[in-house]
Amino acid sequence: MDERPENAVDVIEDMSLDLKRSIFQEKQDTLRDSPSSSAALLLAEQQKSLFSQGAEDGDHEEELVDSPLPNVAELAFFFEQAGVGLGREETQRVFLALKQLVDTQHVQRCRFWGKILGTQSNYLVAEVEFREGEGEEEEGTEDTHEDEEKEEETHEAQNESEMVEAADPTPTSTHKPPPIVPREENHTGVNKFTYFVCQEPGMPWIRLPFVIPAQITVARQIRKFFTGRLDAPVVSYPPFPGNEANYLRAQIARISAGTHVSPVGFYHFEEEEGEDEEVRDTFEENPDFEGIHVNEMAESLNFWVHHVQHILQQGRCVWINLTKKSGEDPDEDAEEEDHEEEADEPEPETGPPLLTPLSEDANINDTSPWSSMTSSNLIPQFCIAVVRSNLWPGAYAYVNGKKFGNIYIGWGMKYLGTAYTPVMPPLPRSEYPSGPEITEALDPTVEEEQALKAALEEQTADLEETEELEDDEDDED
Amino acid sequence: MDSDSLHYFVDLAAGNGLTLSSEQRASLQTSLVILKKNYKFSRVLFWGKILGIKCDYFIAQGIEEDEMKNKKTLYSLNCLDWHMLPPATDSMTADVEFASEGRFTGDPSHESQRTVMQTQGEGDETKEEEVTVKVNEESRLAVTVFNIDKDASVVPRGAFIKSPGGKVKTNLSFKGLHPTEAAKLHSYLHFREPVNLKMKSILEMADLNPAVDFLDPLSEDIPKGSWSLQFERGGTVCALRSLLWLGLTFFHVPQTPQHGYIYMGDGLMNLDLPFML
Repeated sequence: MDERPENAVDVIEDMSLDLKRSIFQEKQDTLRDSPSSSAALLLAEQQKSLFSQGAEDGDHEEELVDSPLPNVAELAFFFEQAGVGLGREETQRVFLALKQLVDTQHVQRCRFWGKILGTQSNYLVAEVEFREGEGEEEEGTEDTHEDEEKEEETHEAQNESEMVEAADPTPTSTHKPPPIVPREENHTGVNKFTYFVCQEPGMPWIRLPFVIPAQITVARQIRKFFTGRLDAPVVSYPPFPGNEANYLRAQIARISAGTHVSPVGFYHFEEEEGEDEEVRDTFEENPDFEGIHVNEMAESLNFWVHHVQHILQQGRCVWINLTKKSGEDPDEDAEEEDHEEEADEPEPETGPPLLTPLSEDANINDTSPWSSMTSSNLIPQFCIAVVRSNLWPGAYAYVNGKKFGNIYIGWGMKYLGTAYTPVMPPLPRSEYPSGPEITEALDPTVEEEQALKAALEEQTADLEETEELEDDEDDED
Repeated sequence: MDSDSLHYFVDLAAGNGLTLSSEQRASLQTSLVILKKNYKFSRVLFWGKILGIKCDYFIAQGIEEDEMKNKKTLYSLNCLDWHMLPPATDSMTADVEFASEGRFTGDPSHESQRTVMQTQGEGDETKEEEVTVKVNEESRLAVTVFNIDKDASVVPRGAFIKSPGGKVKTNLSFKGLHPTEAAKLHSYLHFREPVNLKMKSILEMADLNPAVDFLDPLSEDIPKGSWSLQFERGGTVCALRSLLWLGLTFFHVPQTPQHGYIYMGDGLMNLDLPFML
């Protein structure tokens, strides 16, 4: 009454609605319980399994010592000082989810790689290294299946096309697809590690397929958000070979190559290698690593080195000569062989070698690719050094004494410095060879025709005259 | 987000990977209280941080009588000493859009400039003149914060009411959105002067409650899909991320009045959005 609201009736109407609604929300219902299956409940039930301890938790002491499980809590502790993290409870869930992964898969090494945000859901990514010879079987069988399917498809397509061609031969395309760059073997180059992703801690870990060079080269040209569904198609130009799982894997490979850094001296090359010309691609931990002072690490990028191989323009870490390879293949047609041997030997692409300092990274539009800082100005005695990648926003690395770590939490997009320009489609090829016989010309006018006729007549007359002259000469003789 | 419940809210919005370190949280809790008293704000919001190459800017906003108008924006480099940002005027916005490019450096007095040749005069008297626009980073920061607030500040529907006098106040009887409502984009509103609302027909306005629906809903944003709505932490927190300003996270715990938004990013608009969807 004191307020004298203008819409008093509306207010009363709202109140009466509330009252009526509360009458209908009965707590005791004679009907049976409605099945409550909210998404939150389902997820909670799935996550419960993370927290339940295994029943046979007896003599696992040996495993505990030698477990490949990473210390995610420690990683999160250091990154939180740098202002990066997922929140404490979430980190704990991720930790438990990784434990689940390690328990189910026989892995040699495991690491929490980071998180990639998507528009509908997010991906947690775990980096896993299998022992040599393990973890390849699944992939192999899948590949062959796919190949078989493809072959069948092509056979069918060929049959159909033959039928059509018999009736009306279509012109054959002269376009030759560029040779396909073969993918790198497991445990080498971009396929050195295997990656597992899951959408929420507690959900099953899904293994990502191997990456092929074509996917990396196309991923460099496109810019798409992840949706959060691995089987979603990637609609883009140039067309991406594969679905979102492949795209995710390609981006992971690019981010790893660009942002995985370690303090200098932590890794060193193996001594045995005598060949200096070969690109050295193996390194081991340096047992004599002493640790570098935090201030030095924070001040100079010279003390940070990349420990993942640079990906070349070709989409591989180790350059491969395509022309040479196809030439060696004995089954190829002789004609093709000749043709390809004629082609010039391309210059091998080389990238910066392993363990190159960050200070040699290229700038992006006058922006330095890395920002380095210390975690605290107030307590410099116990702070840690942190570097942040400006090229891949969301990539961080820390170092504290002998410990270091890398993490990526972001959208999986590179910072370009300028607005993105999509690649233009190539110009259409000409339909037919253009020559004088099919080019259109102007019809001659009457005058031109008459002039031509007159000229022709003159010519014939001339000829006749000369002939006559010759004849005369002959006669004279 | 409200500075009083910062310690709790920062964790809720941490899904995009950036949080505050314990040191920063502690110093913010100290300095924002002093800030509130010195400037006589009714409420202080911690707005977020903008990452620079060398230093990061921490941004806070003070609210006076009206919740929507008369916001004052302050920035700090160390979470302790706060400096007032100038209000973003139209001419300043135009200058900043013209002259500044690339990332923030972290130095408020850093000047970026751009020179272009402009033709002036008419007919025969055309003169070519060099026009140089200089912008320091402080005004760029002010414009960026203003733009982000304009494009991406979000409140759940019903959290604020407009009194007949035109003042916007917090709705004390707001109990939070129902989980099914929280999963829909139209139950979130832009917390700015409405732009599209005035253009609506009477027929469309008939369903709206003038006390609550005085703002533009997010579902009308162009392009469609410029927001990513997800449930996090086992479905208990509703997180809304702007894809236009990557780094802006809004969170709301359904069926509680807790909500807020925070920006943690590099302060650059995602111009490539149409290609990325």
